[in-house]
Amino acid sequence: MNAAPSARIDVRKTYKLYIGGAFPRSESGHSYAVHDTKGAFVANAALASRKDARDAVTAARKAFPGWSGRTAYNRAQILYRVAEVMEDRRPQFLEAVRQSEGLSAARAEKAVDEAIDRLVWYAGWADKITQVVGNANPVAGPFFNLSTAEPTGVVAVLAPQTSSLLGLIHVVAPAVVTGNTAVVVSSYERPLPAVTFAEVLATSDVPGGVVNILTGSAATIGPWLASHMDVNGIDLTGIAGDTDLATALEVAAADNLKRVRRPPTAEPDWTLDPGTGPMTAFLETKTVWHPIGV
Amino acid sequence: MLGRMASSPTTDAPSAGARGQGWDFSDVTHSDATLRRFLHGLPGVDQVGADARAAALGTRSIKTTAKAFAIDLAIRMVDLTTLEGADTAGKVRALASKAMRPDPSDPTCPATAAVCVYPDMVATARQTLGTSGVHVAAVATAFPSGRAALDIKLADTRDAVEAGADEIDMVIDRGAFLSGRYLQVFEEIVAVREACGGAHLKVIFETGELQTYDNVRRASWLAMMAGGHFIKTSTGKVQPAATLPVTMIMLEAVRDFREATGRMVGVKPAGGIRSSKDAIKYLVVVNEVAGNDWLDPDWFRFGASTLLNDLLMQRTKMRTGRYSGPDYFTLD
Repeated sequence: MNAAPSARIDVRKTYKLYIGGAFPRSESGHSYAVHDTKGAFVANAALASRKDARDAVTAARKAFPGWSGRTAYNRAQILYRVAEVMEDRRPQFLEAVRQSEGLSAARAEKAVDEAIDRLVWYAGWADKITQVVGNANPVAGPFFNLSTAEPTGVVAVLAPQTSSLLGLIHVVAPAVVTGNTAVVVSSYERPLPAVTFAEVLATSDVPGGVVNILTGSAATIGPWLASHMDVNGIDLTGIAGDTDLATALEVAAADNLKRVRRPPTAEPDWTLDPGTGPMTAFLETKTVWHPIGV
Repeated sequence: MLGRMASSPTTDAPSAGARGQGWDFSDVTHSDATLRRFLHGLPGVDQVGADARAAALGTRSIKTTAKAFAIDLAIRMVDLTTLEGADTAGKVRALASKAMRPDPSDPTCPATAAVCVYPDMVATARQTLGTSGVHVAAVATAFPSGRAALDIKLADTRDAVEAGADEIDMVIDRGAFLSGRYLQVFEEIVAVREACGGAHLKVIFETGELQTYDNVRRASWLAMMAGGHFIKTSTGKVQPAATLPVTMIMLEAVRDFREATGRMVGVKPAGGIRSSKDAIKYLVVVNEVAGNDWLDPDWFRFGASTLLNDLLMQRTKMRTGRYSGPDYFTLD
């Protein structure tokens, strides 16, 4: 570092949303300042409006037939590829997690490791979940009776507010690995790891619209997603602790019988094994009867 | 013969298609040379200016009650169209039912203006629509290419009218138009107009094949002088189909034509209008360019199929306050 006058001027960044594989600004034109845990300015993030949520749902709906129609094996490969690209971007994720969550370098490293490992773990589930939750049912007749798991459709995900990367992976990966497409509302105060994750998605093999990431307030956007008739499921993890809002969103979600993953009372310990519950929350069971013999 | 036109007082029958109410075009239309001189003497269209004006009008923000009005008006203006080789009587019946009651869950939802089908499906559509007030429009004259002999085109038209079509959508001979044989195009429109009898005639230019905005303006005047009741942008089979600037130029033409002759002609953009937002942009252009008088299903139509569902979704959104989805409307 030389004398102050020759110091380089900071590039003050304003990040954008991730909708349909593109990075648009918010339709509202609004953005908000993001600070680190010590209160220092880090960057601006786009403040998503209800119309951005609407556009994201349209994009997710459009992507659904293609994504759910891929083989489970292919979805696994793509999610594994996402983990690979995240690995390449480790320094950026470390910095983002450290700033957002105020972690020490060592703990930030652990969080990023956990996040990437969890994504690899979920990638492995793509072609196995059907074997776990599907079945060949015994029936009293000359029929094969087979139950298989199918994705629910477009899932709105309110991502955890505290764990900005690991928590995000824990809600996004289980929704999309089974063939759903997702509209994700990131943590409001800690959106930057989600923004970097969007950049990773855009540069890996995930088709546009499969994951759409909105930065902004879950309390503002949540009601629009919960009442949206073209959303088939909603994960309320991001509003853990806010029981009034959770009730309101569950009531709104009832209109088109959305699958609702209810929020925990407090954010869980994301380092624990989540089990298959997060995946089965957004799966439907299809049962077919097929005659045996001629 | 002019029963259907009685509702529109400014419309008058041009005798043999060659005369408007206040202006005699016979000196223009008696030969190819005079017709060419007239059409090429029309003021040229500033392409950049037209594009810019259409784009500027498209940025108007239409909200709340104005939007509700615009959506209902747009639904009333839709010519619900199915023009596929795979059309069946069942599909036409379903479409006709949808035209009468676009949103069965909401009795306040208006009916569309018309159902637009191929001539062989007219009888089916007529039977389903009955006296509901929804018109039957038929595309005739060797739609969509228009590549057939005149007597075949006329037979096609008469056939559709006999089967009960209220409106005939004809295509002009773009080959003749582009090679400058304007009189041939003119006489063909006049002949089809006569074959229509009491049915309304919409003249399709297929603006995607006309190359320039000047040609769109010329085609508009040609069709209006020949007695067309409506001028229509496209068949929907050629890209680009309807665009905002092209529709704007046609609206300018009908406005100028009414100023010159007192006769009012309708405009129908068709093809490529899929969202409510687009439809509202067109309505803004209609209001700003042609004027309030054209904001009526008798004078402005949308040729569309997927547009209706989006309009219904927007309508439902405004009524219920929550976003709707395509799952709640029919596939067609």
